[in-house]
Amino acid sequence: MSKSNFSRRGVLKTGAIAGAGLALPTYLSAASHSGFTNAPTGSTVTFGFNVPQTGPYAEEGLDELRAQELAVEHLNGIGDGGMLNTFSSKVLDGTGILGKKVNFVTGDTQTKSDVARASAQSMIQKDNCIMINGGSSSGVAVAVQGLCQEAGVIFMAGLTHSNDTTGKDKKANGFRHFFNAYMSGAALGPVLQKEYGTDRRAYHLTADYTWGWTQQESIQASTEALGWETAQNVLTPVGAGDFSSYIAPVLNSGADTLILNHYGGDMVNSLTQAVQFGLRDRQVNGKDFTIIVPLYSELMAAGAGSNIRGVFGSMNWNWQLQDEGTQAFVRSFGQKYGFPPSNAAHTCYVQTLLYADAVTRAGSFNPCAVVEALEDFEFDGMGNGPTTYRGADHQCFKDVLVMKGAENPTSQYDTLEIVEITPRAQVEYDPEHPMFAGGNLGTCNPGA
Amino acid sequence: MLGLNKSDFKLFLIVCLLALAAPILLNPFPTDSALGQSFNAGYPALMQRFVIFGILVIGFNILFGLTGYLSFGHAAFLGVGSYAAVWMFKLLSYNVVPAILLSVVVAGVFSVVIGYVSLRRSGIYFSILTLAFAQMSYQLAYSVLTPITNGETGLQVYNNDPQILMRAGDPTVPHLFGWRMNDKTELSMGGWNFVFENGYYLAAIFMIISFYLAIRIFRSPFGMMLRAIKSNQTRMSYTGLNTKPYMLAAFVISGMYAGLAGGLLAAMDPLTGAERMFWTASGEIVVMAILGGVGTLIGPVLGAGLIKYLENIVSKINDSILHSWFAFMPDWLDNLLVGIIHPFIGKGWHLTLGLLFMAVVIFLPGGLVQGGQKIGALFNRKKKSDAADGATKPAE
Repeated sequence: MSKSNFSRRGVLKTGAIAGAGLALPTYLSAASHSGFTNAPTGSTVTFGFNVPQTGPYAEEGLDELRAQELAVEHLNGIGDGGMLNTFSSKVLDGTGILGKKVNFVTGDTQTKSDVARASAQSMIQKDNCIMINGGSSSGVAVAVQGLCQEAGVIFMAGLTHSNDTTGKDKKANGFRHFFNAYMSGAALGPVLQKEYGTDRRAYHLTADYTWGWTQQESIQASTEALGWETAQNVLTPVGAGDFSSYIAPVLNSGADTLILNHYGGDMVNSLTQAVQFGLRDRQVNGKDFTIIVPLYSELMAAGAGSNIRGVFGSMNWNWQLQDEGTQAFVRSFGQKYGFPPSNAAHTCYVQTLLYADAVTRAGSFNPCAVVEALEDFEFDGMGNGPTTYRGADHQCFKDVLVMKGAENPTSQYDTLEIVEITPRAQVEYDPEHPMFAGGNLGTCNPGA
Repeated sequence: MLGLNKSDFKLFLIVCLLALAAPILLNPFPTDSALGQSFNAGYPALMQRFVIFGILVIGFNILFGLTGYLSFGHAAFLGVGSYAAVWMFKLLSYNVVPAILLSVVVAGVFSVVIGYVSLRRSGIYFSILTLAFAQMSYQLAYSVLTPITNGETGLQVYNNDPQILMRAGDPTVPHLFGWRMNDKTELSMGGWNFVFENGYYLAAIFMIISFYLAIRIFRSPFGMMLRAIKSNQTRMSYTGLNTKPYMLAAFVISGMYAGLAGGLLAAMDPLTGAERMFWTASGEIVVMAILGGVGTLIGPVLGAGLIKYLENIVSKINDSILHSWFAFMPDWLDNLLVGIIHPFIGKGWHLTLGLLFMAVVIFLPGGLVQGGQKIGALFNRKKKSDAADGATKPAE
């Protein structure tokens, strides 16, 4: 092809330059190696807040985002400090974490596992996030938790209520503060017995994914222990919008109780349609027809309006609690946004502070050090009373709230009232309980 | 060279260069600068999507670009490929070779079935049939075949899966005979930080091979036959030629490309969900092809890259980032500009995409490739008559 003449000088020159060029990267990359993924090098550290901003759980996601922003402000010493003042661990002083200012990036999970993973990947690879927090669906939480385990960053789960998150799918790098379906069942059981007796036929409508399945299983187990029968369990797609075709068969099923294992916008729609079908005005088997929504949230209650009156459910936390921690958090959230926080917001706020605290106590951002600091950590002052992060499955154990739709709400925010604070001992279970068995925590992964 | 003519070979070389040097080319700004944090796209997860969706749209273009048959259900093949690959991870081991092979084969078989039925009709009826099949697959994966697909939770690999070929000490992430997909080499130079990831390079090599095959198909007698079908299928039939086998072959090839893309997606991240098959995903493929330039060789790759870029980069820009850009302006102007731009960023990236799509369809019916040609022509003319060009410039 082309004619070329190699001169001795040319060859030497090119060789020297190429050699230097090849040696440079090895020299440079060796200098920045630090032992774990995304080790913060500058004066800042970045958190990734991965929440649904569109889709059926968007309301919860946006509220989580507000609380996360508030948590970052408090960590950086802006505002009144919120729960930092009531938290039993006092190592956080509002100067960031280990002297580094906290930054954050946000992402939209769209309540889809695929999108959530893509978003979390970009947070880890592009924005150098050291911790991912948030999420409003167990399917997404399980998917992102797996990703964080592989990538070697910590996942502080947001709102995820499926037993699998800290059961079958538990991971060493993942932590859940929120309660779970088993706890809901254990807390609701005695209250339902007192209220509705031991002779009921329940019809389940269940969201068709990990959370719905485990919640239905848990509620069925705890109601059958009371002596209730289960008429049928029907799986419904997430984000279905219209549930009328699922509700009509309930009328002829002989069931006198409808249990809606739905969440977010789905629950608002299914409950509203159930009420429109006149279910609550019916008498079946000589009893008033009742509806139960095992997992409640303020945002759902607001969406469902008056349909929710007298309907029982459970919650992780509620802003109407009277303890110091709750009051401090509700005050600073209210000052910033003008309305009380939801329990999704609370769990994300607490998770962010817990992570920051664990890093400070461990003295390192290394995920393995953080895991060690969080495992079997006991704390108080975060709104749930004395709480333990169990080391065996990374699940928090604390009191559970049994709620009821308020009969006479005085404002648009107290649509739910607290029926009972179920003590922690009643909702505790063995890590190898059949509903949680089959998982393997594995070992913490610090990544690179 | 390689059986290509001179200009095709040049194009092929350009694509190779772009694909192999992407980790450098896509990081034009220093990593820690404001522009870099917002606009750099050179991180592995996004680059993988560039090339994988590139493969998908190259395949789609073999069908749509050559025969003119608009398949509106191509995402189904992608989804089927992903499920097949994840099942291989669950049953055999994390080695990507069986996973990718099976994903191509399964998508191929699946496309024979769908193609055989759908290709009995042409035009809009064909599009609707493929759309219906894809939605059917989506619904099946979402709520009927949940034991196989794990429904909305998505299929993933668990520690207690059989993985019969897995030996002690094998990596627990997808790998190619021990070469882990998520291993990477980092190179820091000044303010720049370049990441070269194994997984990306595997996908890039597949993309280069796919691109090469596509060129060969475009230039082959078979490709000529497909073009003939596009220009007048009835006439082809009247000359006594049975066009069905050619159509079906094109459909299956394009389905296998989609299956390969699905398998690679699973190989990069061993999880899949039904939403990959949703009709919007199919629509996105069509938009990618049209945006880039239907029937051109490089167009689909450009279109796929542009859409994935917008999706990942524009959707992550939020108000506080905008405020930091405009911080030098007076407050009222800053707020005004942020207010104007706000609907187009973050979750409003679809709006940006929509506007861009409209602009391209109206002004550049040939897609980005036509845009490139126009710019090229502009510069060529400039060279010839520099003086004349200067004279026609309006006074500014």
